[in-house]
Amino acid sequence: MRIPCPYCGERDAHEFATLGDATLTRPDPAAADADAQFHDYVYLRDNPAGAHEEWWYHANGCRQWLRVARDTRTHAISGAVAARATEQASGEPA
Amino acid sequence: MSAPNRNRLTSGGLIDRAKSLGFSFDGTSYQGYEGDTLASALLANGVRLVGRSFKYHRPRGIVAAGAEEPNALVELRSGARREPNTRATVTELYDGLVASSQNRWPSLAFDALSLNRFLSPFLGAGFYYKTFMWPAAFWEKLYEPIIRRAAGLGRAAEEADPDHYEKATAFCDLLVIGAGPAGLMAALTAARSGARVILADEDFLPGGGLNAEAGDIDRRPAPAFAAHVVAELTSLPNVRVMRRTTVFGVYDSGTYGALERVSDHLPEPLPFQPRQRLWRLIARRAVLAAGATERPIVFGGNDRPGVMLAGAVGTYVQRHAVLPGQKIALFANNDGAWREMLAAQAAGAPVETIIDVRAEVAPALVAAARAEGLRVLTGAQVIATAGKTLTGLTVATPSGTERIAADTLAVSGGWSPAVHLTCHHGGKPMWDAGLAAFVPGTCPPGLSVAGAARGIFGLGACLKDGAAMGAEAAEALGFTVPAPDVPEVADAAFALTPFWHVEGSKGPAFVDLQNDVTAKDVGIAHKEGFRSVELLKRYTTLGMATDQGRTSNVTGLAIMASLTGASIPETGTTIFRPPYTPVSLGALAGHHRGKDFRPVRLTPTHEWARAQGAVFIETGAWLRAQYFPRKGEKDWLETVSREVTAVRASVGLIDVSTFGKIDLQGADVGAFLDRVYINGFAGLAVGKARYGVMLREDGMVMDDGTTARLSPEHYVMTTTTANAAKVFQHLEFCLQVLWPELDVALSSVSEQWAQIALAGPRARDVLARVADGDVSNAALPFMGAIECTVMGGVKARLFRLSFSGELGYEIAVPARHGAALAAALMQAGEEFGITPYGIEALGVMRIEKGHVSGNELSGQTTAGDLGFGRMASTKKDYIGRVMAARPGLTDPERPCFVGFRPVDRSRRLRAGAHFLKLGAAPTLANDQGYMTSVAYSPHLRHWIGLGLIKRGPERLGERVRAYDPVRGEEIEVEICAPGFIDPEGVRLRG
Repeated sequence: MRIPCPYCGERDAHEFATLGDATLTRPDPAAADADAQFHDYVYLRDNPAGAHEEWWYHANGCRQWLRVARDTRTHAISGAVAARATEQASGEPA
Repeated sequence: MSAPNRNRLTSGGLIDRAKSLGFSFDGTSYQGYEGDTLASALLANGVRLVGRSFKYHRPRGIVAAGAEEPNALVELRSGARREPNTRATVTELYDGLVASSQNRWPSLAFDALSLNRFLSPFLGAGFYYKTFMWPAAFWEKLYEPIIRRAAGLGRAAEEADPDHYEKATAFCDLLVIGAGPAGLMAALTAARSGARVILADEDFLPGGGLNAEAGDIDRRPAPAFAAHVVAELTSLPNVRVMRRTTVFGVYDSGTYGALERVSDHLPEPLPFQPRQRLWRLIARRAVLAAGATERPIVFGGNDRPGVMLAGAVGTYVQRHAVLPGQKIALFANNDGAWREMLAAQAAGAPVETIIDVRAEVAPALVAAARAEGLRVLTGAQVIATAGKTLTGLTVATPSGTERIAADTLAVSGGWSPAVHLTCHHGGKPMWDAGLAAFVPGTCPPGLSVAGAARGIFGLGACLKDGAAMGAEAAEALGFTVPAPDVPEVADAAFALTPFWHVEGSKGPAFVDLQNDVTAKDVGIAHKEGFRSVELLKRYTTLGMATDQGRTSNVTGLAIMASLTGASIPETGTTIFRPPYTPVSLGALAGHHRGKDFRPVRLTPTHEWARAQGAVFIETGAWLRAQYFPRKGEKDWLETVSREVTAVRASVGLIDVSTFGKIDLQGADVGAFLDRVYINGFAGLAVGKARYGVMLREDGMVMDDGTTARLSPEHYVMTTTTANAAKVFQHLEFCLQVLWPELDVALSSVSEQWAQIALAGPRARDVLARVADGDVSNAALPFMGAIECTVMGGVKARLFRLSFSGELGYEIAVPARHGAALAAALMQAGEEFGITPYGIEALGVMRIEKGHVSGNELSGQTTAGDLGFGRMASTKKDYIGRVMAARPGLTDPERPCFVGFRPVDRSRRLRAGAHFLKLGAAPTLANDQGYMTSVAYSPHLRHWIGLGLIKRGPERLGERVRAYDPVRGEEIEVEICAPGFIDPEGVRLRG
């Protein structure tokens, strides 16, 4: 696969490390049911056939975490944006 | 021996008769010409028997003239360069080539194991599931070894491959795969638009079918036309023509795998040249112009040497000027094969008979054949063959059965487009009933197919289609394509009547020649219910040989379809996966073999340590000094104990540059560290360092290390050697994804700083002589961290840290000064007997001190397990906090970190031993935990250990068994606190 890194241009997937699902949000550790939320956050993953948003880390490049839109059936990559460009502040932890 | 090149025509062909090449096959010397393949040169010399078959050891000859060859597999070269299962049909001849036949004993002509054919009732489809079953114990000891010896192909070289292999990457707008008529026109059309084109062709002579074409194109002979186009392409700066290069796989995002045989046509690679080069070709678009593969008709005795594909006979005659035989007959079901034979005859080949299964053949074609003196039998079938190599045929005609003398039978059952690469993304070929062939279905994105590979079989049509596909691809990429200049060639009509198998013919009728699968085997599979094409393949091994069923898949499918009464598309097709043709493991490995498997990282003091006599050990990618033996020391333990004793008594030094070092800067570093370490860092004062423990989000310990605050907004963190990259990636994730609002910037500085640990009661005395400033206890107290200079002006960082339990410092200098620092410390410590020590001594001292390390940070331990429970802050959130509070991770029954000593102090402890209560049976239910680390303590003069045992800290003084069934040992040990030396920490604060 080739990933269009917003900093480095299109690069081979060998330069990247992947972390999987990028749609998850780290739960609020102060929530009453934080343990249940964290359980889901750490362990539960959907396995969609089709469009998927994933974290890829450009380890051998700009060292940016990218949010990559990839089709799990075809490996077609429709885009990649830097995490910093999209992530909202998650709020202060408790 | 017969005359050299006795079957060679005196003129014609794309060979250079002035360049004679000597070669040997099975020890006999022959002559061929430049432009020959090994197969064409063998045929030119009348060698027709070239191998024995896989299962039945039947004599076999050359069948094809290209990559589809199932029979003519040889061992090429000798010694360390011996390469088994090499197809003679694609082996370019060179002077001095040495080849030998395979799977025969004692000789090719007389093979003792050909008796296997009398065993064929036991070796048929699925034999390994139903014969040789009894008695069961005989399989492993008797049957399997015998069968393995009897069956098989060539022998791999037994020595290491002396050649090297490379990997390379190239980029282009358009990749054209195959340099036949369609590929050449596609490449030329796109190239003239200015697109960057790569044209890859597996042959050493680009041109594909044009090189075996008898007619003219554009007033030139077809091969000259091909050469003319190649010359233009080669002259263009935007084109790369890659010969001897097979595109073997289609991968994601327009990535294609290709193998370039750089040196396979040479006795050995030229200096500094690889044998083969593995290419990663990145193409925005690709045109597949791989042509088509002829398929045989299956009949009894169809494996006799002399039975060949009709197109192969044509290729040998036209391209190599070789006569495969002196009496040639054709057995076909299509017009194309007739024309092939008529052209061969015109070139001088003694074609005598045409046998066609069709009752009706175009009268003009029949008239043309008869006009040339050929005997024509229509509505006829070959039902048997004779001779060790072919001498005659038995033919059933409408008027009866007759015998026909022939030493070569050209066979053609039609053509199968080479759709392989179109399937590499899961696309399924579609059946075209008109062509009686599978044509490409859904193709990988960016790949289009031109010419015969998509079922366009006329030469003129292929030229046009190639130009159109090249133009389409270039235009889609935004290039302006000049009107293609395509020569006109008139194509004859495509006429073929599907015909697969002569039923009722005599003798075994082979479908898959390489794996010895017969039409009868397909019948057995059908009878026994293995009718799905995937089951048929696995049960009979049809199509599973090195040729992957190039000439047999479609025929096998058709025979199964006729047995089930279903159509061919209903019966299915097999999926083609990469690679298209075999790729050597050497090419896939490239330079990554032996010690070059991955890069070796050397510490800045490596050469210095070598000069000190260090023994090195691989730790991850690093080579580190393990210990420094001195003359007269009898083993490593004596050396390591001496090093430990010297450090504890005076002073020693070790390179710790392998630790991960991360530079953190920004206003929010303190807050950030608070969120990634379990303990508090926000209050860390400038000039101080602190030990910290990090968890994964699931609550397990990830890593430990120290972080020092050098200035209000500048920190430096160390990680363990093993986790350096992982921790850095984790911190970047936290910063970029979880908390982008924090003002923190990270940089890995592991490579930039050399770091040397100085330890022992004399450490400060030594440091004072090297450091430019004050290093007194007041200026640099325990856990102090300062920036200063050493050695008269070299920028440095001093950390007062201790892993050994002694007064200790870590001195960091820019990496280029690392070796000088080591030398300076040695000189400064000379009067104290300063001792360089390795990671073994470091390990012994940390076990004596009771520090955790990699063995304890196993990914399965919590902070509580390791005794860090009280470090964990309750005033803040941090990664892993929530999950670490799960009941299972806070269970008081969990094995916890403590020390162990043998009750009998003379006994040796073993890491990995499991703990059992005294008297408890060694069962999983009774397992109490295990020993993680052991060392011989020179300080205590006995073995000590660290480990995890249930409720450990509550059980100090209790005796348990350390049970080690792997080594057959079991000893009684006493649980103790993990610090074996100076538990109060007086030494390190001194």
